[in-house]
Amino acid sequence: MLEIKNLTVGYGAIPALHGISLSVKAGSIVTLIGANGAGKTTTLKAVSGLLKVQSGEILYEGRNIANLPTHQIVKLGLSHVPEGRMIFTNLTVLENLQLGAYLQQDRQIIRRELEHAFSLFPRLLEREKQIAGTLSGGEQQMLAIGRALMSRPKLLLLDEPSLGLAPLLVKTIFEKIVEINRERGLTILLVEQNANLALEISHFGYVLETGKVVLSGDSAALRQNPQVKSAYLGG
Amino acid sequence: MSEFIQQLINGLALGSILALIALGYTMVYGILRFINFAHGDIFMLGAFAGFYLAPKVATVLPTPSIGSGLAVMGISMAICAGLGIVIERLAYRPLRSRPKLTVLITAIGVSLFLEYTGQFVFGAAPKKFPEIIPVYPIMKLGGLSVTSNQIIVLAVTLILLLALRFIVLKTKIGMAMRALAFNPEAAALMGINTDVVISFTFGLGSALAAAAGILFAVNYPAIDPLMGILPGLKAFVAAVLGGIGNLPGAALGGVIIGVTETLVAGYISSTYRDAIAFGILILILLIKPSGLLGKKEIEKV
Ligand SMILES: Nc1ncnc2c1ncn2[C@@H]1O[C@H](COP(=O)(O)OP(=O)(O)O)[C@@H](O)[C@H]1O
Ligand SMILES: [Mg+2]
Repeated sequence: MLEIKNLTVGYGAIPALHGISLSVKAGSIVTLIGANGAGKTTTLKAVSGLLKVQSGEILYEGRNIANLPTHQIVKLGLSHVPEGRMIFTNLTVLENLQLGAYLQQDRQIIRRELEHAFSLFPRLLEREKQIAGTLSGGEQQMLAIGRALMSRPKLLLLDEPSLGLAPLLVKTIFEKIVEINRERGLTILLVEQNANLALEISHFGYVLETGKVVLSGDSAALRQNPQVKSAYLGG
Repeated sequence: MSEFIQQLINGLALGSILALIALGYTMVYGILRFINFAHGDIFMLGAFAGFYLAPKVATVLPTPSIGSGLAVMGISMAICAGLGIVIERLAYRPLRSRPKLTVLITAIGVSLFLEYTGQFVFGAAPKKFPEIIPVYPIMKLGGLSVTSNQIIVLAVTLILLLALRFIVLKTKIGMAMRALAFNPEAAALMGINTDVVISFTFGLGSALAAAAGILFAVNYPAIDPLMGILPGLKAFVAAVLGGIGNLPGAALGGVIIGVTETLVAGYISSTYRDAIAFGILILILLIKPSGLLGKKEIEKV
């Protein structure tokens, strides 16, 4: 579904990705793990058009979307939950969700997607009219994911959904990610520093180090890999 | 007392005009974080559009009448909206990823360009703005004399403010504007075409400036190609006073500056009337740099 070939991205003259390649099969959860600064966020931002691609290809359903404007990429069915969530904390929970469905004209569909989001995260329904800035970190993450689903994507990019959350909340969020993948057949590219959990719920994984893919394989196999164990799984 | 109320009404009329201009500064700042210094010249072009339109409108509508006044204002607003969109597209958009200072200097360049082109095309000498709305006999209430023009300025401003409020708070494009002002990356991820929203914002701000130009010309009927400079600067100060990026703040700032300036000119000395706004600017920068209604800017990394 997504195939990245030799992707190079940089900030000004400083390259952050040195020709990485990876692929995401339809219906799977693929994870991209790596230390802080490895280039995970950069990869996702390049895919969703927030960063300029210097060279390489990003094939989405066979079409090269490198350097397309973000709103067009979203229209093709790709939704990105960015690092730090980027909730509109000045707007209400409902308005945030409505913005997620910005490209949808059909009110009927928007209503149905709202119901979906609320059934996935009942907490959001309780807080529907509240200003999003008053939500807890966990609730904001739920809102960010719910908002991303409002556009009815085929591919979901998740950037560190566990960031700054208590372990119990992380567990809840990860359960929801699995649920979204299983029940809606949504393909997911998950970026995580929490390699343990990410490899547990994903089918395939890539390990990124300073802008290069250094390892890849079935998630189950990666969890047994001694290199991965010592560097990312705490022994 | 009635003298005071009189001055207050004069001040409110001037303040309304400044408020309409200030809204354009603040909307563009809210979305692009830059001061469009050519905005005052759109106000001037709005007045000149009205000047050239008035005779044409007079051939189809009875003039002066409320209808002809509204027609001239409406068409002038549409022309300036288009102009604002074109200026953004040609002058500012290519510089979007450049340092803010580059864009700021470009804006000053655009401003000078419009002023000199104006002098070349319209001539530098002041022109008398035609009568497009009927001036009713001055209303006398006690010792008070209120002109119908002042009432019109206040009424039109109020209607435009309410319309703007509706657009920003209740429409989809308004929601997109708020999203973009809050976080451009997040807005793009929602599928919002940020270029379209930016164009719309420039168009909207320019239309309001054009309306201000017409209202100004109706009240002070000598117009010239440099007439946008001072009101433009004062409206900029109004936007800063209210808290740049904040819409109600810009309206409030405009009214405060207009009223203060008129009262000072009326009671203290008219020598310094144009300096009032800048005195207020210095005060606000010393006391509350974020402006009356502005929130502290949280620097985003
Ligand atoms: N806005 C930026 N400007 C310059 N360099 C950046 C910027 N964002 C990230 N980088 C650099 O790019 C590299 C990859 O960063 P990032 O993709 O955020 O890593 P990760 O998400 O894996 O923590 C890092 O070396 C980082 O310092
Ligand atoms: Mg990151």
